[in-house]
Parts: sequence; structure tokens; C-alpha cells
Amino acid sequence: MRDELYQQTILEHNRSPRNFKKLEGATHLAEGYNPLCGDHLQVYMKITPNGVIEEAAFEGSGCAISKASASMMTMALKGKTIDEANLLFDEFHKLVIGQLKPDLQPNHLEKLTVFSGIWQYPARVKCASLSWHTMHGALEKTKIISTE
Amino acid sequence: MSAFDVHRYRSEFPNLKINVHGKPLVYLDNAATTLKPRCVIDAVNAYYVTGVSNVHRGVHFLSEQATAAFEFSRQVVRQFLHARRVEEIIFTKGATESLNLIAQSYGRHFLKKGDEIIISHMEHHSNIVPWQMLCQQTGSVLKVIPINDKGEIIFEEYLKLLSDRTKLVSLVWVSNSLGTVNPVKALIDEAHKRGAVVVIDAAQAVTHLPINVQELDCDFLVFSGHKVLGPTGVGVLFGKEKYLEAMPPYQGGGDMIKSVTFAGTTYNDLPYKFEAGTPPIAEVIGLRSALEFLQSVSWENVKEHKKELLEYGTKILLAIDGVRIIGTAKEKTSIISFVVDGIHPHDLGTLVDQEGVAIRTGHHCTQPVMQYFGIPATARASLALYNTKEELDILAQAVKKAQAVFQH
Repeated sequence: MRDELYQQTILEHNRSPRNFKKLEGATHLAEGYNPLCGDHLQVYMKITPNGVIEEAAFEGSGCAISKASASMMTMALKGKTIDEANLLFDEFHKLVIGQLKPDLQPNHLEKLTVFSGIWQYPARVKCASLSWHTMHGALEKTKIISTE
Repeated sequence: MSAFDVHRYRSEFPNLKINVHGKPLVYLDNAATTLKPRCVIDAVNAYYVTGVSNVHRGVHFLSEQATAAFEFSRQVVRQFLHARRVEEIIFTKGATESLNLIAQSYGRHFLKKGDEIIISHMEHHSNIVPWQMLCQQTGSVLKVIPINDKGEIIFEEYLKLLSDRTKLVSLVWVSNSLGTVNPVKALIDEAHKRGAVVVIDAAQAVTHLPINVQELDCDFLVFSGHKVLGPTGVGVLFGKEKYLEAMPPYQGGGDMIKSVTFAGTTYNDLPYKFEAGTPPIAEVIGLRSALEFLQSVSWENVKEHKKELLEYGTKILLAIDGVRIIGTAKEKTSIISFVVDGIHPHDLGTLVDQEGVAIRTGHHCTQPVMQYFGIPATARASLALYNTKEELDILAQAVKKAQAVFQH
């Protein structure tokens, strides 16, 4: 038997997503698209010159999983440094493909562990990871810019 | 449904007997691919167990036997499509390859800058992208027939698009995402009045309607084996002999040649000119069994059965609060696309899967259709001859259960 995918936290974030808006004055933004299902979102971040994510937000349309994941991500990112955000991206990625067992391995995922059962739904992994890949893309772009 | 004993046919499909998440499988994703009857599985198996050989090559027993079986399949396909000649039947790996073959062989050879190609707004990506590629290569122009809110081709707009510049018209017979049955005969006749060549995408039509390419008078027609109870990896291209003769080969290789020297190559006759390399032999042999199975069932009875399923499914889904059907054409086959308020189709797909119900969710490779209706995706129940009203009840219950999850 697979773990229940639609846990209350996920349903609740789907119903009332947090930071669901265009972020005026964003320093970093990227667009994410899942051609398989048509999910489409923008991730915005306001990052201070010393590399702290002051605020994160998202806009777009998608399924409950992608919306809840994006919503919870924006909450988790607030106050994190870029390095911390990259580490979290890494851990979340491992979590959704079933390579990180939050009960057994140390991690910084906290509430995000609500997605720990999603690896049992392979077709839905991309729904959960879309916003994270988009966020990661937005950060990567900075790196390119900052190396110039 | 008296004339049609659905349970007799169900017993021919072993895949129907499985459980999914502890519940009996309810397979409603037939527009993606159909389940296979035992005779198809047996035919493919028999080839691999006692009949393996390449075709058109050896003089040994197995090779002659495989070649005979392979070529007999071509006869069965010819008869199934009511084509005039067996040379007009080309085996490909699927409808997609068939369309690409027409675009790259016929299209690149005969279309030039400024020529126009007409498709409709409800085409599958496989009947859009090959023509876009051709337009890039030749400078031809792609024109699109608009559809209305019911998901029907607007015939008057089609007539306006047709002109002396129209060189090719490629249209879907039955829409995979809307279920619409297009009036292909009338569409073909109008194109012919302008001297255009007509391609019919029969990928969905093939399991729903009898096909007579001579009566239709289409110039090309394509379908895939796996959507008509047959194996994956095999498709058919029907083409009128005069066009196939005039077309250059699509791919080069073995089997499509008469003689090869470094000074030059003489191509083989039809149909082999278009069948380079070892073909999907087991699949072609399996396709024959699929078509024979279908022919053993009366079209009229199947049509009646599917009509009842379509009407029943539409009725019970619409009885659920918040359900909207996408695609309400007057002429429609047993494909029901729908959306549920407040639940994304992907969530719905996962939740009904928990109940053992297989539906397709997504854009169904028809993104322009989704754009027209202003939705990202739909849920789609597509029904085959082995489906039952009881299965539609299970679907409806599963949809209600999904709503309950989302209303918590």
C-alpha cells in the first residue's frame, strides 16, 4: 500500500497557497514549465546583496501537488542564504525521488517532509519538484551574472 | 444491449483480470492504447516461440513461413481498409511515422514556397508538427480550420481557407481529446474540388468506424496498430498507388532496393520502397489477429454498445456537481473529456487510480485544443467495446470520492 499522497497539509496549501503573488522588486525570477501536464509557474525572490532570501513568491497554474509544493517552498526559503537554499533544493530533490529518508537521515526539510511519499507516485514527482527546479534555475542565473 | 454480450468479449482480454491497488482494473484509457485480446498475444507469442525469422530474405523454411504470414497481414489490412491494391498498404511503426513519411516524402517532393497546407484546430501534435517542419523546409504555409465551442470543425471557415494555393489537407477523423467525428467525406470532396491531396488521420477512427478508403476517396490514411487492439510498434500508411509511385523513398536501407552499386541504387517496387530495414514482423503478424478479431464482431453492435456507454457516461458524469464535459459535438464517439471544478485533472487522475480506474489526464497531445477551451488539461475516459456501464459507475463514484478529499 502506498502512502497517502493528499495529506491535509498539501490540500490546505492547495486551497490557500501562501505567497501566491507577483513579487514587486524581485531580484531573481524564473519560469517553470512542465510540458507533460501543462503546469506553468513563475518563482520570484528578493535576495539581499549579502545573499539572504528576504522574500519568495510564486504565480501560475498547476495541480494541487505543484501548487502546495511551491507554496511550502516559498515559506521554507524565507530567511535562508543562497547556500542554504541550494542545500534544501538538494535534499528536497533526494526526498521526492526516494533517496532521502527523513526519519533516518539528518536533513533540514522540516514540514517539507510531507512530500516524502511521492516517490511512490513516479508520474507525480515532477509536479512536486517543478517549483524547486524553477527556484534553482533562478539562483543559477545569478551565479552566471555574478561571475561576469 | 441484447445483441452484444460484452462479458463474452471481456473474457478475451486477459489484462482486464488484474487488480490495481487492490481493486479490479477499470480500464478507460483506450484512446491512448487499447488492451489486447488473447488471439493477438498468442499470434505474437507463436512467432517468437516457433516462427522466428526475418522476412523477404532467406530461402529456408522459417523465412518463407514468416514472409507468408507477414504478407498475409498486408492482405488483411487491405481488406480491412477496402483498399484497391495490396501495394497501397505500407507498414510503418505507427500513425506518427506514417504522417512524417507523407510530409517528408510527398510533401518535400511536391510542395513549394507559397503552397498551403490545411489542418484543423483539433489535430493531435503528430498531425501538426510534421507539417510545421515541412513548412520550414519548403516555405509552404500552414492554415488552421477553427473549431466551435462544441469542438466541431467550422465547415464554412474550411471552405474559406480552401483555394488554388491549397496543395494538401490533413485532418483527423475522430478527435482523441474531444471525441468529435468529423465529416471526412465532405471535407475530402471539397479539398478535391481544389485539386488538393487529402490525408486522413484515422488513429482513433479505426476502432470506432468501418473504413472504406475507396468510398472516402482519401489520398492517404494512417493509423496505429496499438489503438486497434494490436501490438505497439506497428502502424499503417495507406496511399493511392499513383502518389506512392511518384514519391521518393522515405528511408534508405535493406529491403527497399532492387540493386545497389556504388554508382547508384534502384529502388524496390511498392510497398517495399517505403519499408527500409527489418520491419516489426511480430507486430505486423499480431495486427492481423487484431483486425480479424474486430471483424468478427459486428460493427453495428459495437456502435450501439459504445453509443449507450457514451450516453450513460455523459449522463452520470454531468449528474455530479462541478463536472463539465469538454467536447459536445453532435457527431461524437465514446471519448468523454471532462474537467471537475477545483480539482486539477492530474490530481483527479491520481485519486481515481486509487480506485483502480485508469483514465488519461493531460493535454492529450492536443495543446491547441486546450488553449481553445482555456484549460491546461482534461481528464478523459475513452471507452472500448469491452467496457461496461458498471465501470462507468465506478468512475463516477471515484470522481465523487476525489471531490470529498478536496472538500475536506
